[in-house]
Amino acid sequence: MSEVTLTPDAVPAVGTPFRNAGFRRRLLRRPTTVLALAFLLLLFGLAVCAPLVTAYDPLGGGDSALLEPLSPGHWLGTDDLGRDIWARVVHGTRISLTVGVMSALCAVVVGVIAGALAGYFGGWLDALLMRIAEFFQTLPRFVVALIMIALFGTSVLKMIVVIAALSWPQLARVVRASVAALAQSQFVDAARVAGMGHGAIIVREILPNAAAPIIVLGSLDIAMAILIEASLSFFGLGDPNHVSWGAMLNDAQQYLRSAWWMSAFPGLAIALTVLSFNIVGDALNDALNPRGNSK
Amino acid sequence: MNAAATPPLLEARDLSRLFPVRSSGGLFRARQMQRAVDRVSLSIRAGEVLALVGESGSGKTTLGRMLLGLTAPSEGVILYKGMDIAAQSGEAARNFRREVQVVFQDTGGSLNPRRTIGQSVALPLTYHRGLERGAASAEVDALLDQVGLPPAHFRHRLPHELSGGQRQRVGIARALASNPALIIADEPVSALDVSVRAQILRLMFDLQRERRLSYLFITHDLGVVRAMADRVMVMHQGRVVESGDADAVLNAPRDAYTQRLLAATPVPDPSRQRNPH
Amino acid sequence: MSKGEPLLDVRGLSVDIRQGATALRVVNELSLTVRRGEAVGLVGESGSGKSMTAFAVMNLFPSPLARVAAGQVLLEGRDLAQMAPAELRATRGARVGMVFQDPTSYLDPLMPVGRQIAEPLRAHGRTEGLEARVLELLDLMELPNAARVARQYPHELSGGMRQRILIATALAMQPALLIADEPTTALDVTVQAGILKLLMRLRRELDLGVLLITHDLAVVAETCQRVNVMYAGQVVESNEVGPLFAAPRHPYTQGLLASILSPHSRAHSLFSIPGSVPIAGQWPGGCRFHPRCPIIRAGLCDTSAPALQARGSGADRCHLSGEPMAADAWRRNEATSP
Repeated sequence: MSEVTLTPDAVPAVGTPFRNAGFRRRLLRRPTTVLALAFLLLLFGLAVCAPLVTAYDPLGGGDSALLEPLSPGHWLGTDDLGRDIWARVVHGTRISLTVGVMSALCAVVVGVIAGALAGYFGGWLDALLMRIAEFFQTLPRFVVALIMIALFGTSVLKMIVVIAALSWPQLARVVRASVAALAQSQFVDAARVAGMGHGAIIVREILPNAAAPIIVLGSLDIAMAILIEASLSFFGLGDPNHVSWGAMLNDAQQYLRSAWWMSAFPGLAIALTVLSFNIVGDALNDALNPRGNSK
Repeated sequence: MNAAATPPLLEARDLSRLFPVRSSGGLFRARQMQRAVDRVSLSIRAGEVLALVGESGSGKTTLGRMLLGLTAPSEGVILYKGMDIAAQSGEAARNFRREVQVVFQDTGGSLNPRRTIGQSVALPLTYHRGLERGAASAEVDALLDQVGLPPAHFRHRLPHELSGGQRQRVGIARALASNPALIIADEPVSALDVSVRAQILRLMFDLQRERRLSYLFITHDLGVVRAMADRVMVMHQGRVVESGDADAVLNAPRDAYTQRLLAATPVPDPSRQRNPH
Repeated sequence: MSKGEPLLDVRGLSVDIRQGATALRVVNELSLTVRRGEAVGLVGESGSGKSMTAFAVMNLFPSPLARVAAGQVLLEGRDLAQMAPAELRATRGARVGMVFQDPTSYLDPLMPVGRQIAEPLRAHGRTEGLEARVLELLDLMELPNAARVARQYPHELSGGMRQRILIATALAMQPALLIADEPTTALDVTVQAGILKLLMRLRRELDLGVLLITHDLAVVAETCQRVNVMYAGQVVESNEVGPLFAAPRHPYTQGLLASILSPHSRAHSLFSIPGSVPIAGQWPGGCRFHPRCPIIRAGLCDTSAPALQARGSGADRCHLSGEPMAADAWRRNEATSP
């Protein structure tokens, strides 16, 4: 017996987000998404190959003219210390992306662990973890970052830690909700009866099904982290050893009208980068939850 | 029937499950407790089929979960092969887990939507029998064959590509993977089409004969009880109201609730209508 | 509408689901009738198209991709499929009401049920006497303490009571036709008995026409006067209940009846139709049941699609149903198979 009868079921709600036939199509459906992805790819490329695409030392030391406008020698002009803007913008991508991606990654790791434990086990563990998360969440992200850095000094590492510490609670709450719902599923019961331990169940049965919101929030967190880093640098609290777009904006304050290129390009860079991550995060959300299916 | 000769495979004594009533209690008052399962005792022997009948709110599903070790009982004790499963640790507990398996009602929800059929069926093989990839793979093929799903075609499919009846067969294959002695089936055919139900029940019957399995059928469908069960227990609001030989209870029910249940079950024969229309 | 005319007359109904550039046919040239005061059952398994038929009557599909592709749906003589949207809206609720399977999802959890029952009244322009009508309906539904129930929210009511609220809502404007799609499938069997009794009482007292869609033949036997059996988007047999159960003509009906778990079924002798229901888009050529049929005649059944032919008090869609051996298609097959 048994011919296969494939039932015309709709796309499953909790499902295989990436193996889903339409995922790539849905993701790339809108031209803005494609542009955003292309831009981010370009950014990563620039970050990696920074020395190769820039002719000047971003930290200065040459003897170029000061405040020189756009020219064939300096594509984006120079700043008040004679530093090549193009070189500084390109090198700035390194800090932005490093801080952005690394802090989001740390936030995801901490958030997923906390959220999964809270959602799966419930009880006092849940209460404890969520109270801790709530505490962190009530702190205004930027203000706290400001205070932390002002108190403990600044470095890329410290920035990553601080930003991650402020970003993990939101992720934890979302993960907790997903995990708690999935933990009630019958296939989790079936896994327990099949002999799987709690850890294996969380990692192999539940989390893969909860991946969608984690991915979306993660990408939005990257955008937020980049913004915070730029803001901190703007206030002079960034890492002085690295070029940062925010610091560039700080430098440009006095020259807003006389040397517009000093502020325009780093500003544009920040805006476009944050926008692109937001667009991609949004598109991922649409692509991973087709037709508003979510369980 | 040799009653006293063999000890029961699974035995439950005065099993209860309490849960707090939501609206009761407060900061200084104790919460009121309600009994989803109220002091139920039962026993299943090797090779026997027991049916647990009840409607929603009868406690039959909660009882099933306790017997599977998925929910802890508030009171009472469960003995498997004479040993208290709550007191067991390590080896004994693992044996219980391995030998008591489950088939669920909701074929869509009981299979991880991201795992292929082959992977789902292989789960117990890995965790209960410690089989390596190659041996597990061969065993998965054998199991899929046994339930009527040609492995070549079905191994790599995802649950949503199968029909309800096919998914249920997968559930049965997974339950058999660990070589269980007892399978607890919670409404195994309720969600299936009428013409498919008989297929699945027939399959379960054949498997029982071949492997000398015991079944605990949790169901509200008296037709399933008549077809499959040796003995039946009728539950109502957490308590057992009647139990005994399946045919005897269903032909001559003594409890009022059992009688109501039988009277309410529609009969597919227009000439025998109690409510003339 | 004259006395002899049917209340609902579906003729050659076809329903398509759009899939990109192509259309998937899920109901194929279906015809059925319902008279006033009559309960007609539409029986089928999943994939048979029975629910789509129900939605098609009101032109109220759950998905925007589904639509009526052909045929007429005549309600009291007027074709619903051809009506302008405004007129169709005026007809829904007023002349035909519908009750669905899961009462919980069709009730607004934030609104007291009394207000929900009054919704169709308001929607059709009635502004006075709403409260009285709601209480009248709740009484009709055999719900004690109608005034109190009207103020309650859905979550405070049991499943059976919720279904009664849905029925009350469907009947608020005194429609002539009630379509019930698996109204008791989600309910306990004791509750089901109560709801079915209520529906039959309403049918008698209000001279209501009822189209009952279900997979449960036992429910049909208890409640309907006539029944249509659907398979793969078509009606394969229709008849009065008595004759259909006593002497089914189409092999699918015979098989379906034989596989019902009756008080006499035992595990070792359970019967089931081999194979499985084909899904829309993969319907076999010729007679759609032929791959699973025990009395198939090669050259005929696999190439030529049978038409619905009247026979006695009913009709069936089988080339061979007139022949004596077809009266017992399965047992004959079991006797001769190894």
